[in-house]
Amino acid sequence: MSAESSPKIAIVDESPIRAAILEEGLREAGFTDVVRISEMQSLLSRIYALDPDVIVIDLENPSRDILEQMFQVSRAVRRPIAMFVDQSDAASIQASVDAGVSAYIVDGLKKERLKPILDLCISRFNAFSKLQDELDRTKSALEDRKVIDRAKGILMKLKGLTEDEAYVLLRSTAMREKKKIGEIAQSILTTSELLK
Amino acid sequence: MTKPLHIGFIPLIDAATLIVAVDKGFTAAEGLDVTLVREVSWSNVRDKLNIGLFDAAHLLAPVAIASSLGLGHIKVPIVAPFNLGLNGNAITASTALHAAIMAELDGDRFDPMATALALCRVVAARRKSGAEPLTFGMTFPFSTHNYQLRFWMAAGGVDPDDDVRLVVLPPPYMVDSIASGQIDGFCVGAPWNSIAVDRGVGQILHFASDILARAAEKVLAIRQGWSAKNPELVAALVRAAYRAAEFVEQPQSQPEVARILARPEYVGVDADVILRTLQGRLKISQDGTIRESSRYLLLGREGAPRPDPVQAAWLYAQMVRWGQATISADALQVAKAVFRPDLYDAALGRDGTLEDASLAIGAFAGPAFDADDIAGHLAAFRIRSLEP
Repeated sequence: MSAESSPKIAIVDESPIRAAILEEGLREAGFTDVVRISEMQSLLSRIYALDPDVIVIDLENPSRDILEQMFQVSRAVRRPIAMFVDQSDAASIQASVDAGVSAYIVDGLKKERLKPILDLCISRFNAFSKLQDELDRTKSALEDRKVIDRAKGILMKLKGLTEDEAYVLLRSTAMREKKKIGEIAQSILTTSELLK
Repeated sequence: MTKPLHIGFIPLIDAATLIVAVDKGFTAAEGLDVTLVREVSWSNVRDKLNIGLFDAAHLLAPVAIASSLGLGHIKVPIVAPFNLGLNGNAITASTALHAAIMAELDGDRFDPMATALALCRVVAARRKSGAEPLTFGMTFPFSTHNYQLRFWMAAGGVDPDDDVRLVVLPPPYMVDSIASGQIDGFCVGAPWNSIAVDRGVGQILHFASDILARAAEKVLAIRQGWSAKNPELVAALVRAAYRAAEFVEQPQSQPEVARILARPEYVGVDADVILRTLQGRLKISQDGTIRESSRYLLLGREGAPRPDPVQAAWLYAQMVRWGQATISADALQVAKAVFRPDLYDAALGRDGTLEDASLAIGAFAGPAFDADDIAGHLAAFRIRSLEP
């Protein structure tokens, strides 16, 4: 690999969305030689065939231990080493473990060239988990709204209330009991299920 | 309650002591506030322990030594004041490989020398017929699994680097890999050997105790710096683990221990398989043959929890034998100092006399291990790596 050419980066990730986000980020930053691996069968032979300069893997992946074996295989033409093996970058290791990503560089690539790649992976991984959190929150908000609508329906039917009155009753009960409206609505659903 | 502690573990039966210590309140009784964190890879456990996300961890004993020596990764000195598991590994062969070995067997099928010689003949026949070399799975480069597998086959004349392929596989992938024919055998801890037998894809060839009478596989690992700063916490952890290990060994508590471990947040496999493992009664083949061994999986008995520096020296010797480490008196000292019987004794108020005098390695082949002469000991073994 010449000093100018883009290093070949292999992304090992079972989450296709996260891998796509990562690849896009790397390409935007000018790293054009990126390959995604989402299939863990024969991982090692696929990596040997690809012969990447950098391997990025998510920490939820049990196959990370498979990569550790590459340090042992003396017959491999190029031996990978773990990120920042010279111990000078504890902060980088911490940031990447926090973000849930790990990287390996293969002999021959200068350490300075890994830093921007790893920084990018860390920020994309963090962005992905933020996205995931938002998605989870939206999902649970939607869930809550469904539950509240059903609870309102029950109150309207049982107590002859209008929809607005049913909502006010839910809200005031929630405030009095220091609970979320969704929780009160859920307990109404559970109770009505029990009394059916 | 003290400051909250985070302890990482891999879902395996030899995490029992830690899981029970927390779940049955032995840690709380010591005033400890422990959160267990289930992990998916040994690399994660090592890294999270090294950078301080974990205060302690269920760790492969050789990883604790490799980390202290800076082998394969950054150098972080680790201490092990408590053994979490001895003799829990087993070697399983695919149905086809098992049959091939049995067909070549000259001797007792539980005699590791007889099976290793038979394996050597199987390997020679495959080479002659132009078949692909056999592939064996193990869990990590720095693992007793790797060393036990290598020790066994090398004794029979099989060079583990030249005659077969050894590949790392995460334990939960072992059974699928042997079922799909990607590997022909593996060495792994409980419960995965039993699960391969239950699924009808393999037979248990050896308990690790056939190969070594006594092998420290997993330890409670703590950063040396943290340990030095928090001696009371370390002592409290050792005491809680000791009580838990005693509890786990009680026959009347084992059904409850199996139910606890079976929960999805811990090991998440069938409680019956776990119970058989704890009792040292393993189904070794599809026909239902049960093999019992009092040597299998030592957690709290026979002085198992007390770290023995001779074990650390043996593990370091294997690293040298297989080219993972260079030989030096200093490195040997570092390796031995990872295992800390002094911390164990101090925590439990012991005077350091051994609970069990038979703390030898007890390998089935080669001369008795001499922790003070690694080079001389290794000279007795013909098959060994010349690197690095």
